Amino acid sequence: MTTPLAKRRHLLSVADLGREGIVEILKRTDTFSEVSDRAIPKVPALRGKMVATLFFENSTRTRLSFETAAKRLSADTMSFSASSSSMKKGESLRDTVETIDAMGVDAMVVRHSSSGAPKLVSNWVNASVINAGDGAHEHPTQALLDCYTIREALSARSGEKSEDFSKLRIAIVGDVSHSRVARSDVLAFAALGARVTLVGPTTLMPSTLEDWPTSKTCDLDGILQDVDVIYVLRLQLERIDEALFPTLREYRSRFGLTTERARTLREDVLILHPGPMNRGVEIDSEVASGKNALVTRQVRNGVSVRMAVLYSLLASSGHTGNSVLGASNGGKDEFEDAPRDGDEIVLQTPQKTRAHRG
Amino acid sequence: MANRSATRDVLCVRGATIIDDKGERAGDVLIEDGVIREVAPSIAPPSRCLVLDASKCYLTPGLVDLHAHLREPGGEESETIESGARAGALGGYTALVAMPNTNPPVDSASTVRDVLALGASACLEVVVAGAITIGRAGEQLAPLAEMAALGVRLFTDDGRGVQDGRLMRRALEYARDLGVTLAEHCEDEALAAGGFMHEGAWSSRLGISGQPAMAEEAMLARDLALVFMTKSKMHFLHLSTRGSVDLLRDAKAKGLPVTAEVTPHHLFLTDAEVASFDAIYRVSPPLRGAEDVHACQRACEDRTFDAIATDHAPHPRQAKEEPFDTAPPGMIGLETALAVCHGALIANERHGDHRVTPGLSMREFFGLFSWGPAHIAGLDERSGQGGPIVAGSPANLCVFDPSVTWTWDPKKSASLSANSPFIGRTLRGRVRHTIFRGEPIVIDGEAMR
Repeated sequence: MTTPLAKRRHLLSVADLGREGIVEILKRTDTFSEVSDRAIPKVPALRGKMVATLFFENSTRTRLSFETAAKRLSADTMSFSASSSSMKKGESLRDTVETIDAMGVDAMVVRHSSSGAPKLVSNWVNASVINAGDGAHEHPTQALLDCYTIREALSARSGEKSEDFSKLRIAIVGDVSHSRVARSDVLAFAALGARVTLVGPTTLMPSTLEDWPTSKTCDLDGILQDVDVIYVLRLQLERIDEALFPTLREYRSRFGLTTERARTLREDVLILHPGPMNRGVEIDSEVASGKNALVTRQVRNGVSVRMAVLYSLLASSGHTGNSVLGASNGGKDEFEDAPRDGDEIVLQTPQKTRAHRG
Repeated sequence: MANRSATRDVLCVRGATIIDDKGERAGDVLIEDGVIREVAPSIAPPSRCLVLDASKCYLTPGLVDLHAHLREPGGEESETIESGARAGALGGYTALVAMPNTNPPVDSASTVRDVLALGASACLEVVVAGAITIGRAGEQLAPLAEMAALGVRLFTDDGRGVQDGRLMRRALEYARDLGVTLAEHCEDEALAAGGFMHEGAWSSRLGISGQPAMAEEAMLARDLALVFMTKSKMHFLHLSTRGSVDLLRDAKAKGLPVTAEVTPHHLFLTDAEVASFDAIYRVSPPLRGAEDVHACQRACEDRTFDAIATDHAPHPRQAKEEPFDTAPPGMIGLETALAVCHGALIANERHGDHRVTPGLSMREFFGLFSWGPAHIAGLDERSGQGGPIVAGSPANLCVFDPSVTWTWDPKKSASLSANSPFIGRTLRGRVRHTIFRGEPIVIDGEAMR
């Protein structure tokens, strides 16, 4: 069952959102995208809220993106990383997150190398939990920012914002098997109606795709002319040791978005990559920096999408006061489209809904 | 109700449907000095006799578990031989085979002696299984003969399969001279590739690295070829896939001297449970797909499986409160095995319709829990476990009430661990009394010591 994010406590999987939930976030992101364009890109929407980023696996961009989003909403932030923590002294995941929860945080942004870890954390804490990437399972905010970026590019072309992707054919190329980005993107793109094709060698595909809303091919060149969006996945270079493909050179020649290949693409094709890129492996430098590539838009939109997610989960009339709409740049800039206090947002505040401890 | 003030030396179990290897009949059983004195349609209990009501219940030979991790020595936080034995008693067991993957492992005569000494004071018979290789490392044969001299009849590196086929061949040849049985945990580690769950639709969706059914089947196929060559006896632990069942069925049809067990959880749960990411569902071998579960159920019905074994694997709470891939595998099962399997195989809960005619008679059902495993462990001859309920037999008995519906409460559990997915689930059928060597160790669902 899917529910709008504003009615949920956690964002753990794109599957929880469904089409309506995704559209809700995209529309709300428009508002926060406008905030990001301001001279002083900050609103007091989440003043007094505490957002903790808990990164049990290293990541720079996602953590910075969430922290930037939280700061633009005037939330306080605290950060935890496994490499410099008591986890090294043998503290369990549960003890670690319960300790942080006891300090009184409103949201935990959790990145973990194990699939399902954010789900477990959500069982144990009172805070709202946002999955910032778990193992090879999901990375929901990445999928949301990808949808937003595609929608933005399409609306620049047509002049009309539309969440209807049903005319789009999207190819996701690379190591789908180990990719949380791919799993979230497949769910999100399909929910918006796109036709998704997975491209890669069988060794880099999940063992079964029987209930996936996708088609599959190992012939990249065979589909290049037919696609509107090419989503290039990062290749984890250590996979070579697992005999999943022979050499980087062979991978590039079959599945790399090379300059030569890019020349055969349609003029208006969109190219996305979640980063960080292995230039010269899955994507050539020239292509990554070319006019069709939306990589920097993805990063920029990531902040706005995460603002929308944090706001949806955390904003509540009882806690943010009446200054939600006030802009921070001298009050001149009206934050017009912002969801107003007590508007459509009915929230279960985490503090009132005690987590069930089984 | 039992008259608890009476002496425990003389017992009378009344009103039961008696089921053993010989068949089924109604009757009372009189027990004296640890031995069955009389079995008759109706026995007037003598004075000073403890009477145990068994009306509407089945009276069977005590259950025998071929596969219990009692964790002692080395893992006393999660279980001890004493606590595990009590859990077994509550589950209707009168004998448990203690697995050797302790710390230190049971790979020498001295550790066998230690475990036997601890088991001597337990409330039921504790049987020791030894390791096949030193440290269960799969490199060097353990002193099988020295351990066999102390009574060890089953050897296994359980938790791991013996990866080296040449070593397994030599072990089988060596074991044959000793008349002992090797038991394999079938898992080709190269093919399993560190997978944490069954490889299939769910592992693909959840992004958890899976291990293919083939990792189990490949080692089983290798071992069956080795048995064919060496003519040694071999037992296969916790088989879990449709392919394994097919291989085993063919091997038995060819007359190979092999036996096999299946666990209650592989008869009842599928890999869909992992969607909760709850590490309680991490077991080795992993929970499989629905067609594997059905194949295992059918293999109980057509006697391809010889035994149901718990693979009771206690872990402390904090060990299971970890992400799925970092938590240790295993779930406990001694107290719930009979009820869970009664639901899965007899009451047919898999169809959501408890009136579907089961493909398994009650006699065959109890055979999988009692005389089937007793024979594999050599306990039928040695201590009369799983033996017929006739005058003169040792009184190792279980009284099971098939009509009770109950919910298992880990607070009332004897096990020191609670890593079971059956907590809170409605179970059908419950062990009422357990009698070990004539002593009532469980009366009306309560452990007596």
